[in-house]
Amino acid sequence: MEDTAGAATEAQARPARYDDRIVTLFTACAVAWAIVGMSAGVYAAAELVWPGLNLDLPWLSFGRLRTLHTTAVIFGFGVSALIATSFYSVQRTSHVGLFAPRLAWFVFYGWQAIMVLGGLSLLAGVNASKEYAELEWPFDVAIAVVWVAYGVVFFGTIARRKMAPIYISNWFYGALIIVVTMLHVVNSLALPATLTKSYSLYPGAQDAIVQWWYGHNAVGFLLTGGFLGMLYYFLPKQAERPIWSYRLSIVAFWAFVYSYIWAGPHHLHYNAVPEWVQSLAMVMSLILLAPSWATMINGIMTVSGAWRRLRTDPALKFIVLSLAFYGLATFEGPMMAIRSVNVMSHFTEWTVGHVHSGALGWNALITFGTFYYLVPKLAGRPLASPRLANVHFWLALTGVMLYVLAMWGAGVTQSLLWLSLDELGEVQYGFNEVMAAMAPYYGLRLLGGLLFLGGAVLMAVNLWRTFTGVERAADAAPAALALETR
Amino acid sequence: MNLLALHKRIERNSGLLIFGILVVSSIGGLVQIVPSIFQDSLSTPAEQLAPYTPLQLLGRDVYIRESCSSCHSQQIRPLLAEVRRYGPYSRAEEFVYDRPFLWGSKRTGPDLHRIGGKYTDDWHRVHMRNPRDVVPESIMPAYPWLAQSAADRDGSITRRLGALQRLGHPYSDEEIAAAPGAVDGKTELDALIAYLQSLGRTRTREEGL
Repeated sequence: MEDTAGAATEAQARPARYDDRIVTLFTACAVAWAIVGMSAGVYAAAELVWPGLNLDLPWLSFGRLRTLHTTAVIFGFGVSALIATSFYSVQRTSHVGLFAPRLAWFVFYGWQAIMVLGGLSLLAGVNASKEYAELEWPFDVAIAVVWVAYGVVFFGTIARRKMAPIYISNWFYGALIIVVTMLHVVNSLALPATLTKSYSLYPGAQDAIVQWWYGHNAVGFLLTGGFLGMLYYFLPKQAERPIWSYRLSIVAFWAFVYSYIWAGPHHLHYNAVPEWVQSLAMVMSLILLAPSWATMINGIMTVSGAWRRLRTDPALKFIVLSLAFYGLATFEGPMMAIRSVNVMSHFTEWTVGHVHSGALGWNALITFGTFYYLVPKLAGRPLASPRLANVHFWLALTGVMLYVLAMWGAGVTQSLLWLSLDELGEVQYGFNEVMAAMAPYYGLRLLGGLLFLGGAVLMAVNLWRTFTGVERAADAAPAALALETR
Repeated sequence: MNLLALHKRIERNSGLLIFGILVVSSIGGLVQIVPSIFQDSLSTPAEQLAPYTPLQLLGRDVYIRESCSSCHSQQIRPLLAEVRRYGPYSRAEEFVYDRPFLWGSKRTGPDLHRIGGKYTDDWHRVHMRNPRDVVPESIMPAYPWLAQSAADRDGSITRRLGALQRLGHPYSDEEIAAAPGAVDGKTELDALIAYLQSLGRTRTREEGL
C-alpha cells in the first residue's frame, strides 16, 4: 500500500510541476509498437515455417517484414520506452519539470510520425539496407532533428536541476543521446539520387566497418546504455533500496562508454576487412565483459535484501529476470566475439538467438517491469490485475527460453553441417539439406515468439485497465490481500 | 583521491559530463575507422572489376529493396569448407563499387557472392517465380511481381548513375546519357538476374583458394 500512497502524495504535492502526460503517451506508444513489432516478427517467423504465408505480396514478403520488425521493436518500442522513462526520471532526479515542454511535444509527434511513415516506407520497399538503419535519407534527416531536440529537452532539464549531483541514470540516458547522435549521423551519410534512394558515402569494405561501428553501438548505447539508465532509476525505486555501490556504477559507466565503441568489427570476423581491426574488436569485446557484469552485480546486490518482495511484486520480478538475461547476453556476446568461436556462430541462427536473449530477455522484460511500476504511478491507482501480470511473467519467460534454445540448437546444427568435410575434403551436406534440418527449430521459435507476444498483449490489456480504472472485482481482491500480507 | 575529486566535478556539471562522454566514446571509432578510410587497399578496385552496368545497378537496387541481404550473405570467409562450397574467398577489392555493402549477417539461404554464372538465366527466372519449383526444400518467398514491372519504373537511372559518378565511380557522361535506352523494355526480373550473374566474376569458382 505504501507505493500507491506515495504516488498519491507525490502527485498532490507537485501537481503542475512534472510533465507526465507526455510520459503517458510515450508509454502507450511503446506498448503499441511492441505489439506491432512483435506481431511482424511472429508473422515473419511463421513465413520461415510456411513460405506460402508470403502470399506473393510484395509488402508481406519476408525481407520487408523483417525490416519492419526490427525497426518497430528497436526504434518504435525501445526508443519510445526510453524517452518515456527518461522524461519521467529526469524530472524526478532534477526536481524540476521538463525544459521546453513544447519542444518535448515536438519530439513526441516527430518520433511517432517518423515511425509510422518510416514503417510504411519499409513495407513499400524504400530501404537503405544498412542493418538497423534501413530508413532512407529523408527519415535519417528527420531522425537527426528530432533526436537533437530530445537532447535539448533532456540536458536542458538537467541544467535547471535543483540539486548539485547528476544522478547516475541520467548519465546513461545522456550517453544514449550523445553517442547515438554521433553514430546515426556518421553512418547515414549518403548522396541522394532521388527522394527514396541514396548511395552510401563509403564504398564496400569501408562501408562495412562504419556500418558495424554503428550497428554494434546502436545495440551498445541504445539497447544497453539507455536501458541501464532505466535500470538505475527504476530498480532502486522498485526495490526501495539505494544503489548498492555508487562508486562501482561510476567505474562501470566510464569503462562501458570507452570500451563498447571498439567492439563493432567483431561482426566482421574473417570478412574482407583488415585483420588488426578484427583482432582489436575481439580483445575489446572480451574487456567489455567487466563493465557489463559490474553493472549486473550492482543491480543484483541492490535487490539483495528485498528478495521477499518478489513474491508480491510482479514488476520487480520482471526487472530481476531481465538482469539475469542481461548477464547471460553480455557473457555470450564476448564469447561469440572470439574469432574461433565466431567461425561457428557467424551467419547462423545462433546470432539471432543471441540478439533475442538480449532484446526479449533484457530490453523487453525490463521495460515490462518498469511499465508495471510506472503506469500505476501515472494513473494514480494500483495495477488492475497483478495476477494477469504474473501470467505475463511466465509466458514471457517460457517464450524467450523456447526462442533462445531453438536458435542455439539451430545455429550449432547449421555451422556443424556447413563446415563438415568428408574424407575427400569435399563438403558433406548440400545447403538444401541444412535448410531442411532447420524446420523443427523454426517451429519452436515461432511458438516461443507467439507466447512472448501473447504475454505482451496481456500486459497491454492490464495497463489499459489500470489507466482507465476499469477493474474487475475478482482481480482486485487478491491484489489487495497480497499487499496486505507483506 | 584526485580522480574522485575530478569526478565530483564532472558529475555536478552537465557540460563537463557531455564533453567527457563525447571524448571517451569517440576514441575507439577514431582508431578503427580513420585508418580504414585512408587504407588504399580497401578502396582500390580489383583489376578485372567493372562498375555495374545500368541494368545491373537497377537489379542491385531491387536486391536492396527486397532486403535480400536479410537472408543471403555476400561474403565467403577464408575457411576450407566455405571455399569448397562457394568458391574463392571474398577480397575487399571486389566490393569497391558497392554502396552500400551487402555482405549481410545471416545465411538463411546460401551465400551469393560468387553466384554469377553458377545457374542459367532461365533457372533464375523459374526460381524467382517460385523457388520450390527448382529447390523443393527452399523457404524463400516467391517474387512474381518482379517480372511485371519495368526495371526503371520511376525513370531515375540517369540520376542514380549521376550520384555514383559524383562519388567517383568511373561512368562517362555518354554512358549515363545512353542508360535509359539500355534498360528500356527490361523488367525488374531481368535487372535482378543481370545483377546476380555479375556477382563475384573477378575470380572463377574453380580457382579455389
